[in-house]
Amino acid sequence: MISLFGIFLLTLLVIVAIAIVHTRNLFAAVMLTSIFSLLMAANFFILDAADVALTEAAVGAGVTMVIFLSALALTAEREKRRTYTRSAGLIVVGVTAITLIYATFDKPPLGDPDAPVHQHVAPYYIEKTPEFMGFPNVVTAVLASFRGYDTLGEVFVVFTACIGVLFILDARRGVGSMYGRRGRGLHHHHIPQNVGRLLVPLIVLFGLYVQFHGEYSAGGGFQAGAIIATGIILYGLIEGENAALAAIPRPALLFLMVGGASLYGLVGVVCMLLGGHFLDYSVLAENPVTGRQIGVIAIELGVGMTVCGALLSIFHAFAARKHS
Amino acid sequence: MTLIEILGHFNYWVFAILLMVGFYAVIVKHNLIKKLIGLSIFQSAVFLMYITMDKVEGGTAPIIQPDLPDQIYSNPLPQVLILTAIVVGVSTLALGLSLIVRINERYGTIEEDEILEAD
Amino acid sequence: MTFNEHLPALQVIVPLLSAPIVILLTPRGLAWAAAAASTLFSLFIAIALAMTTVTGTALTYDLGGWEAPYGITLSIDAFSSLLLLIVTGAGAVAIIAGKASIDVQIETHRQPLFYSAWLLALAGLIGMVISADAFNIFVFMEISSLASYILIAGGPDRRALPATFKYLITGTIGATFYLIGVGLIYMLTGTLNLADMEARISEVTSLNPLLAAAGFITIGLALKAAVFPLHVWLPNAYTHAPHMVTAFLAACGTKVAIYVLLRFNFFVFQANLPEHAVQFAFFLMPLALLGTVIASAVAMFEGHLKRLLAFSSVAQMGYVLIGASLLNASGLMASVIHLFNHAMAKAALFLAVASLAIRFRDLRVDELAGAARTMPWTCAAFVVGGLSLVGIPGTAGFISKWLLILSVMDHGHFGILLVAIIVLTSLMAVYYVWRVVEKLYFAAPRLSNVRVNEAPLTLLVATWIVALGNVAFGLYPELPLTLASHAAETLMEHPR
Repeated sequence: MISLFGIFLLTLLVIVAIAIVHTRNLFAAVMLTSIFSLLMAANFFILDAADVALTEAAVGAGVTMVIFLSALALTAEREKRRTYTRSAGLIVVGVTAITLIYATFDKPPLGDPDAPVHQHVAPYYIEKTPEFMGFPNVVTAVLASFRGYDTLGEVFVVFTACIGVLFILDARRGVGSMYGRRGRGLHHHHIPQNVGRLLVPLIVLFGLYVQFHGEYSAGGGFQAGAIIATGIILYGLIEGENAALAAIPRPALLFLMVGGASLYGLVGVVCMLLGGHFLDYSVLAENPVTGRQIGVIAIELGVGMTVCGALLSIFHAFAARKHS
Repeated sequence: MTLIEILGHFNYWVFAILLMVGFYAVIVKHNLIKKLIGLSIFQSAVFLMYITMDKVEGGTAPIIQPDLPDQIYSNPLPQVLILTAIVVGVSTLALGLSLIVRINERYGTIEEDEILEAD
Repeated sequence: MTFNEHLPALQVIVPLLSAPIVILLTPRGLAWAAAAASTLFSLFIAIALAMTTVTGTALTYDLGGWEAPYGITLSIDAFSSLLLLIVTGAGAVAIIAGKASIDVQIETHRQPLFYSAWLLALAGLIGMVISADAFNIFVFMEISSLASYILIAGGPDRRALPATFKYLITGTIGATFYLIGVGLIYMLTGTLNLADMEARISEVTSLNPLLAAAGFITIGLALKAAVFPLHVWLPNAYTHAPHMVTAFLAACGTKVAIYVLLRFNFFVFQANLPEHAVQFAFFLMPLALLGTVIASAVAMFEGHLKRLLAFSSVAQMGYVLIGASLLNASGLMASVIHLFNHAMAKAALFLAVASLAIRFRDLRVDELAGAARTMPWTCAAFVVGGLSLVGIPGTAGFISKWLLILSVMDHGHFGILLVAIIVLTSLMAVYYVWRVVEKLYFAAPRLSNVRVNEAPLTLLVATWIVALGNVAFGLYPELPLTLASHAAETLMEHPR
């Protein structure tokens, strides 16, 4: 039954993807992209990837769409009609496709527990996580500890993107076109305003829950950072940028981002000073399990701070840009 | 090939199709925003490939339940990798969009051929 | 643990963790000072690591205390050490020398962000070099790529923006291809650690996905490395980037991708895929040959100095691939050492270009007529860099070309054809370098250029240090030669 539902979702995904590429209305394309992300998230959930589904929903359907829309507000809403020279592109795409399909016929079938992918490293993580970490979410354990260095890199990818947007858009003070006239938000639209006001605290609360409950259920710093950022962006949209920036001013966002990234790095360096390897949290306390828990909570907090600060800074940088 | 096997390959085929749709948009479209949207479909397809391989028959999300010792769990590693890759994807998009905004300001268009003609 | 044991980790975390601090240093000059100190410190760490690896020993470091394949490991051997010297050396010299040039091209209030991106690009490239984990290489590849896009977009000309966008699209496709390849291998082996992959791939029975993986990884990295004909993003990106960024990235950006390409192909695939060696050579050799000839030809007729040098880079990367596709230790040694020597030559040339650019607004070759009369030191450094690029005896460039020709000679009739192509493209290089030198020295200066004077002292000194480095490594090539021969040995000792 569930696999039938999966096939239904996958077919929808293909249809939506084709529609996205086909439409000339960029606004519609962005909206469809958001739907695409939601479908993808649902599909991830069916495939037992709860953490990824949460991230895809928060990042793909939420944050990405807002950034796309703010960029559309500054550029164009329609794609121009053109005659394309398609042949070269089609050949490249065709060759890639043939390679991929050629590869898939030899792949282990879906869900086979004896497939090599489930044999080597993965069982070790599942078996050892309760013993080494003392909490049940294996994804968090791998993300924050076994492959904590990857996650450090990932935090710095977000950080890089944020300083890139600030550098390229040369963001400074000012209120742009995203917030309606004079940055007052949606004051004349009562329904979205009131519903939004109700939602914002709930979203932020849910974000905090996801942040601090990531060791026990799906969630963690990335998801929490993205969710809280969406909540604050919603607040900014309904109350106006000035109110949003009054709640969390721009330098505070910068410090949040820098503080988060530094916190993560600092935890690693402290581990080195206490005699362990970089990011070896077990030295943080007498009992290695407690030490790892402290480390994981600290770095997840760093992740959440950086993601939240970076996404909000990126959004403000777009929103503050005036339409040319 | 039996029906079950075809269904088993369905996820991979959708991955291949999505990859092609995205790749096509990136290569063929002139509109820069459309190119970026294509790029994000292209990347999403790869996410689907990774997440597809994490599934174990009869498994559940890898959050250990101590009271169910016989429970099978799906593979956590591809999930961790894709969590990272999703964030990388949105970072690239944000940077690309900021470039598009600047291009629009300096050139007055976001169509690739018009930009090439302008210089 | 002692300080020395932490060196592999410090190599990457010093520039990485100083990046967030740098953006807070808004007072004038402070961000530059912090970034320069951090890059210099990375260079010292790279030198310290090279002192260890030059003896042939390899270092490993288990991050988080988790051993491979459960955790991520860093591993540094002679090959990675050579690359670390290139990357940190180029990063440090360009930033320390380049303050004057960067002050002209980047507004003061944007500089902290710019220097932060510089450190992130450096950290990303270092992370790619020392990581022993296939997925971790992807993460750091993205850090370095995103940071490079930022640096290139800082170019003052508006054409920098579409050039960066093109680079962003190409780079992301390359990275995603790499990710597909890694995913396919992971699906077949259940591991991400490179050494573990090598061991486990031999047990894989289904070869189709493996072949597809080898294809995706090679093409993805070739896009990043601007291997002909996938180089189309490179000339514009290098031309319109700020001059110091060009000096930094031209010296090391594409080389790190080549390094990962070689490591993947020789460590992971070579030992395990039947016929892989032949296929690798069969695909790469023609591309490498075509690339050197065509890119050299384009450089001969190119009017813009930076673009000319960018095409020359594409041509020179062709030599590296020719050496690698010979599939023997001497060929690999020639290509590895050419990575180093070409970085030296291009760094000298682009630093000289940056000096010229401070005084000349337009970098078209015709506009630079007679520059040697007013900027004799800069132009002399350009000549030294040019000689090394061409491969005149006594310069670093000669060593690698000589080794390459010696190695090619072993291949009978086909080898003679290869020698002919190498000599021909070297003559083309003589022509395009000479065209510039002739303008600099023997053409009458334009009236508008009469009042220019020599470049700022720091830039000039740095340019000369690198230029003399070309001579020094041409006369005393022991260190890079030893590292390169160890590197070639490790690449070849994976049995077929």
